[in-house]
Amino acid sequence: MAMLSGVSLTNEKSYMVGKFARLALKTANLDYNGRLCMVSAGAGNKKAFGLDRSSNSWEDLKHAEVILIAGANVSETFPTLIHYIWEARDHGAKLIVVDPRVTPIARTADIFLPVRPGTDSALFGAMLKVLADNDWLDHEFIEKHTSGFEDTLDAVKDYTLEWAEEITGVPAHRILEAATLWGKAATSFLMHARGIEHHTKGVDNVLGCINLVLATGRIGKPYCGYGTITGQGNGQGGREHGHKCDQLPGNRDITNPEHRQYIAKVWGVEEKEIPGKGLSAFEIIDAIHRDEIKGLISICFNPLVSLPNSNYVRAALEKLEYFVAIDFFLSETAHHADIVMAGSLHEEEEGTVTTAEGRVVRIRAAVTPPGKARKDSDIIMELAKRLGAEDKFTYADSEAVFNELRVASKGGTADYYGITYKKIEDNMGIFWPCPTEDHPGTPRLWEDFQFKTPDGKAHFNPVPYRESAEVPDEQFPVRLTTGRVVSQYLSGTQTRRIGKLVDQSPYPQLEIHPELAAKYGITTGDLVRVHTRRPRLNSRLWLWKPFVPTPYSYPITGAEKWRLTSSPTVRSTPFPKFPNLKPPLVS
Amino acid sequence: MPDNTSGEPMEFFIDMQRCIGCNACEMACAECETNGQESMIHIHYVDRPFSVQTTVQVCMHCEEPACANVCPADAITLGADGIVHTAKTSHCIGCSNCVLACPFGVPKKSDTKELMMKCNMCYDRTSVGKKPMCATVCPSQALYFGTRTEIAEKRPNSIPVNHFGFGNENVKTKVNIMMPKGYSFLKVK
Repeated sequence: MAMLSGVSLTNEKSYMVGKFARLALKTANLDYNGRLCMVSAGAGNKKAFGLDRSSNSWEDLKHAEVILIAGANVSETFPTLIHYIWEARDHGAKLIVVDPRVTPIARTADIFLPVRPGTDSALFGAMLKVLADNDWLDHEFIEKHTSGFEDTLDAVKDYTLEWAEEITGVPAHRILEAATLWGKAATSFLMHARGIEHHTKGVDNVLGCINLVLATGRIGKPYCGYGTITGQGNGQGGREHGHKCDQLPGNRDITNPEHRQYIAKVWGVEEKEIPGKGLSAFEIIDAIHRDEIKGLISICFNPLVSLPNSNYVRAALEKLEYFVAIDFFLSETAHHADIVMAGSLHEEEEGTVTTAEGRVVRIRAAVTPPGKARKDSDIIMELAKRLGAEDKFTYADSEAVFNELRVASKGGTADYYGITYKKIEDNMGIFWPCPTEDHPGTPRLWEDFQFKTPDGKAHFNPVPYRESAEVPDEQFPVRLTTGRVVSQYLSGTQTRRIGKLVDQSPYPQLEIHPELAAKYGITTGDLVRVHTRRPRLNSRLWLWKPFVPTPYSYPITGAEKWRLTSSPTVRSTPFPKFPNLKPPLVS
Repeated sequence: MPDNTSGEPMEFFIDMQRCIGCNACEMACAECETNGQESMIHIHYVDRPFSVQTTVQVCMHCEEPACANVCPADAITLGADGIVHTAKTSHCIGCSNCVLACPFGVPKKSDTKELMMKCNMCYDRTSVGKKPMCATVCPSQALYFGTRTEIAEKRPNSIPVNHFGFGNENVKTKVNIMMPKGYSFLKVK
């Protein structure tokens, strides 16, 4: 058996799913759609800080002198963040944007660094060298509160601006300008998202960013911060409470004997009853193909659309002997289920989510599930009962689940123990960690410079530049990357049912630089077929608005209504098992 | 409960620079029953293949509205508070004169309804001290509805402009466009 889950679930539901898979289904193979989302960021943050959360409340953004946004189309994917960025700019902040595309926020940037897809870490390496060459470093901070600086600097010693220009395609003078702005600033905020994370070397890119923050010591202080921008409704909280294949609540490690012992006590079971580390999301699909997994329950995940190589995923779903899908609408994935259980939208159940800032906020049930649909938590409890684990799932309401989650997270890095529903309501949300009930929560991390790594220091990590999993060659000379459109959300299970949003973006569009389009003799409105190393597919890449830049010029997005008929590679990194979504190559 | 209790009148301030083309304003506008669930605010790309710059267009509520001046049926009226109202359904003959006359391209003729439709700055809301729907949802505050004092505090680098030149015609409007400091007039070529 295996189970797939998703981080659009509330904290309560995420926690219940983690417990349900381990104690009722008794399987180790539980993973979540965050595998396709933020794992690179989470892994990078844990390596550098020992903790995975945005370091600051976004209130700090408003007064930062310099804001650097890397690989984040915030205008279309996180419009509410724009308000903070503009408020900072009204106060005089300068904005640097790193992106292969001129996104709406990139259009207005003070410095725009149009990188070739897949070359971000070369850019960050060169910027770090500029900081060091000009001594724009916080030596005291580096000395007292970090480790690994010398090795990290050594890794970039040959990364001249000219070298970086050659690799990234960004003019050397512009890299220098950006590094200078960053280097001389007194306060700064760096944010990144899937654009730099969706790679086999996503962790490298993330660490490259963190190195820039640590070198200048601008963290743990007012208006100085760093954070990754979440992708889903509960992108932060959903990755903390144990529905990942290697995780237990409170961001605990399922392979750590002490962590296991603690959770076993909270759950009232023997430690050995908690399964060990299981397969990750894509490995579960592989295991189905190998006949090692025959039954699957999925909730809040639409792998047929989300995972790369939809033909491969579809074949796996068809191969299952038993497949249950819990979803509020009949998603593409649910179409292949033997049994579909009509679950609930987040508007239909009480709960909490944790924002991109790390702030735990309340979600209200505005309506009740219609017809025979039931609350997700009711479905999970009923299934647990039928599986003989009723005594472990006796929650009266969502607050009862949250209160158990509080205890389960106590002492973990993501400590929610001191957060109660009442406190959340009284304070417009509470930032974790919040270890005791009289603790006010922690909007700004690291003010004490006590990092959560074993040695208590923030870790620089050397990032020697390496090529993407695929580089352009004669057969496939063009880089393809993926993006999103504002009118469609996640796999579109909800938004593709809303007429006015469908009108805005009825199908995937390929965007291409006008020069490259001219070379191929194609123009706006044409139907095109894209060949990649993967089989040519008519996959439904509804959310992806890719473009094909020429290798030597940064793309200006363009043509619409070109149907993409390809699928990205399924090659995974050893760690954190992230499929190479960016940049596949095409011809 | 009105959104403003300061006594200072609220005005509309639009900053195209901040528009991110998210279409939230169109969605909010279209949810309103008053418009028959059609959006009266319009987002346009300037030149999509070469820029992601979008513009947002509401009725500018001219002091001397060309739409009302050319209306042969007296369907469009200018209120004492400066709001140019959408065509009265009982009067409008669907001639499209207003559509052709408006320098900002605001009124749209609905063929199915045989009626001119345009933004009336959410008169049902703004007349009782509330903000128009579009301004309440705009995430970048490209659409800002508030007092002059507020906008001066919040946007120290820009200035509201409500004088426009179209050829030899000068137009003064109730709605303001935010421009970099130092400008007081926007010439449209």
